[in-house]
Amino acid sequence: MSRKPVDIGDPDRLYTVTGGRSEADDAFDLVTLIVSECEPTAGMQSEHTRILELCRHPTALVEVSAELKLPITVVRILLGDLHAMGKVSARHPRAAESVATLPETALLQEVLHGLRNL
Amino acid sequence: MGSATSELPAQRTPLADAAETGLKIVVVGGFGAGKTTLVRSVSEIRPLNTEEVMTQAGQGVDETAGVERKTTTTVAFDFGRISLNQRMVLYLFGAPGQERFWFLWDRLFSGTLGAIVLVDTRRMEDSWYAIDRLEHLKTPFVVAINRFDSDEPQFSLDEIRQALALKDHVPMVDCDARVRSSGKEVLITLVDHLYALALSQEGTS
Repeated sequence: MSRKPVDIGDPDRLYTVTGGRSEADDAFDLVTLIVSECEPTAGMQSEHTRILELCRHPTALVEVSAELKLPITVVRILLGDLHAMGKVSARHPRAAESVATLPETALLQEVLHGLRNL
Repeated sequence: MGSATSELPAQRTPLADAAETGLKIVVVGGFGAGKTTLVRSVSEIRPLNTEEVMTQAGQGVDETAGVERKTTTTVAFDFGRISLNQRMVLYLFGAPGQERFWFLWDRLFSGTLGAIVLVDTRRMEDSWYAIDRLEHLKTPFVVAINRFDSDEPQFSLDEIRQALALKDHVPMVDCDARVRSSGKEVLITLVDHLYALALSQEGTS
């Protein structure tokens, strides 16, 4: 069985993966963290299965894209579908309560602290 | 694991389950300036590569054609990751600095904390467009001079500042992109700069 879901060089096949759509949902940032809310089920589209397996731990959209070897736009569409079905949740950048309420300086201090501890 | 027969990627290192917010820093620079090297030296994962397929109207792309048509362009970029703590994870993107990739920039840069312009002094002109664009987008940035072994001309930071027409407030730092501690210093220089900017803004608001 081929591991590559699609040949990324062929736009026609990308349309097949996304059901003919090319407009992606911009709500998902490159670093939005995706978390599976359920296990894959039999008969599910193979890309959906892969995403649900991958996102058992929080995984950024851009990592999903790299792991699935699919362009960002295609992954946005796939994630949009899974999200609409409630199969994944999305942790958008700085939407988390602990960060959203943080002043920019406090946020940056945390970043600095993290970097210094590397 | 048999490396010769297996195509499987190295085992992924998952994020902490408590990870809740992703942050972005973009590294820009000309071809061969060392963007991927810098990302690799500080990243906790082997840098990954992905691509964006951009469909755009033909205007400005092939002006001689004079015909409305759509062009599909694929732009590849690398990225790495640093878990700052249990909740926050920083993604570093290596973006090509050439003008023809402008359309990728807006997407990569939206919501970014700031940018690092990585300069190879043998090809300083490769940084002009990136700096121009960052200033236009009002994205805060620092300039890191990647000092390779073969960096013969050894321009001083002042000379480079002049050559790049950099304003005085833009921090500059020497680095060796291959060295983790050096890459880390570049990141800290940027975030220090961002912190100073944020502090002065909070002071005025």
